[in-house]
Amino acid sequence: MSKDTLLRVEDLVLHFKTQKGSVRAVDGVFFDLAHKEAVVILGESGCGKSSLAKAILRLLPRNIDKYSGKIYLEGDETMAMDDENYRQNVRWVRMSLVPQAAMNSLNPVLKVGDQVAEPMIIHHGVKKEEALIQAAKMFQHVGVPVDFLDRYAFELSGGMRQRVAIAMSLVTAPALVILDEPTSALDVLTQANIFNVLKRLKQELEVSFVLITHDIATSSELADRVAVMYAGQILEVSDAHRFFNEPLHPYSRMLMASVPRLRANTEPEFITGQPPSLLDPPKGCRFADRCPKRFAKCAEEPPVVNVDGIQVKCWLYTS
Amino acid sequence: MTDKQRDVLLSIQDLHVWFELRRFGFGHAGYVKAVDGVTFDLHFGETIAIVGESGCGKSSLMKTILGLNKPTKGKVIFENLDVGALSGEALRQYRAHIGYVQQDPFGALAPFMNVQQILEEPLLINGVKDAAERERRVRKVMEEVKLTPVDDFLHKFPHMLSGGQQQRVVIARAIILEPKLVVADEPVSMLDASVRVEILKLLRGLQEKYHMAVIYITHDLSTVRYFSERVFVMYAGNVVEKAPVNSIVHNPKHPYTAALMDATSDPDANNALTMRELPPGEPPSLVNPPPGCRFHPRCPKRIENLCEVEEPYDLQADDHLVSCWLYK
Repeated sequence: MSKDTLLRVEDLVLHFKTQKGSVRAVDGVFFDLAHKEAVVILGESGCGKSSLAKAILRLLPRNIDKYSGKIYLEGDETMAMDDENYRQNVRWVRMSLVPQAAMNSLNPVLKVGDQVAEPMIIHHGVKKEEALIQAAKMFQHVGVPVDFLDRYAFELSGGMRQRVAIAMSLVTAPALVILDEPTSALDVLTQANIFNVLKRLKQELEVSFVLITHDIATSSELADRVAVMYAGQILEVSDAHRFFNEPLHPYSRMLMASVPRLRANTEPEFITGQPPSLLDPPKGCRFADRCPKRFAKCAEEPPVVNVDGIQVKCWLYTS
Repeated sequence: MTDKQRDVLLSIQDLHVWFELRRFGFGHAGYVKAVDGVTFDLHFGETIAIVGESGCGKSSLMKTILGLNKPTKGKVIFENLDVGALSGEALRQYRAHIGYVQQDPFGALAPFMNVQQILEEPLLINGVKDAAERERRVRKVMEEVKLTPVDDFLHKFPHMLSGGQQQRVVIARAIILEPKLVVADEPVSMLDASVRVEILKLLRGLQEKYHMAVIYITHDLSTVRYFSERVFVMYAGNVVEKAPVNSIVHNPKHPYTAALMDATSDPDANNALTMRELPPGEPPSLVNPPPGCRFHPRCPKRIENLCEVEEPYDLQADDHLVSCWLYK
């Protein structure tokens, strides 16, 4: 592991217990992320990408069937820590989360300033006045006027609320922020604005991001690296430039071809069929029955192949 | 192009839809001017896209076309029928000519009805009494939207279907009465990228086959070019630009349209290296919109002493109507 690696996830598994059996939401996920980098986890709904966010931050529901693997944060193995240690020293201190629909989950009866200050009070044990000063600083970083500290969530527009949620995740100065679909419910101009804020934060605060999204076009606004997720597994981890120019995995290629483009005259093509059930996924490659390049080998689980630094889980690239 | 196609199906004339605000339940406190002077014609079999951000009045416009809101001023004329004046039985009959595809398919489908019941309902309401005939039409429409094999889907409930399949049911319900017009309100915004294109292509295929007119409401400019012939851009209750789709994509005239285009990403790793130029601020309140051009407080090309004073009207720039003083 190079010294510059901030987060390394190895063979992460999270299965949920249900009446019908075990749902394999996260099933062998791996990727790594350097300091001041952003990695995009790209996947369609139901591929397990939100469960991945929860698995990384250990925000787990009760019906866990299996939870294993290794997560290294700046070299520390967080999976080995006990819950109390993890809560005090990792979650929201070194890693935080902007959950899905965060802008709609602000407390309606608390001033937004107090809500942003709260993690400081809880995790760093500072007085409220001090925490509010820090919250005001964060407001400036995300582009919310400081006098909004005294407002309530309903007085703010959607874009402003989303910025408040981002400020809340950053107030304790974590090294890594996980963003789960941060712009999916916002308008085009607001979306672009939020991405401007995130780009600036990456520079100014030297924070790293894990961006979880299904929106390929806007994900390119922030991505240094891209990890493609499908049916609980990572199929490709690549550098953003190489990914957006020429992805390797057949699924990545088809996903890219399905994006409607404003500035090119290509006709988008959809992928026929549906992802497999996570209750009983196929034994071999999980994309095989939708893949145009499938061959006999695909009935077996493909290995992760390293192609000039790009990791791809596909039989096509084995020599 | 046949003569029929040139005939006007729906004509919107200087439409205003205002909602009254009340203070303490009875005192008048102004109006929300959700739609404020919109005029356009829609021809038989034509597809148009209405593009705008949330709060620009596009949904109020759509609801007025569907007869759910009454116009405050101006008219909605559907084949010589004044929609604003309809009520009761006449309104019900009018609605049979219009299909409506909702944004959120799961929310739009009753959870306690199976696919067959959902699709039969419009037929029952519109007096198709013969059960065999109803089943024949339900099966036919399910083939059309490719919910096949039909027998697998007929008795499924909405929660048993994927998002794409739910949207197919919604589309099937919208077209089962063979409407002349389909209003699709952000039909793909809740769906995944790969399914999105599939649903848009399905809608386009049905539109061509049945020669329906379609109003496609969206905020996503990148899907517009694959779907519509003309694009109307709305901002703060007004239509600021009307043009054929290629003209708008290659040569947006209004500064607001240009800003929307600039803010729309294509997948390109270079996006991460630059900040996007965006107009400052947020859309204005519709209770007290700014005087003159409503975009002027945010406009990078504002002309002093003109834009904030006088309201621009439809100015012709090539084949393209723009409400902007830059093109006087």
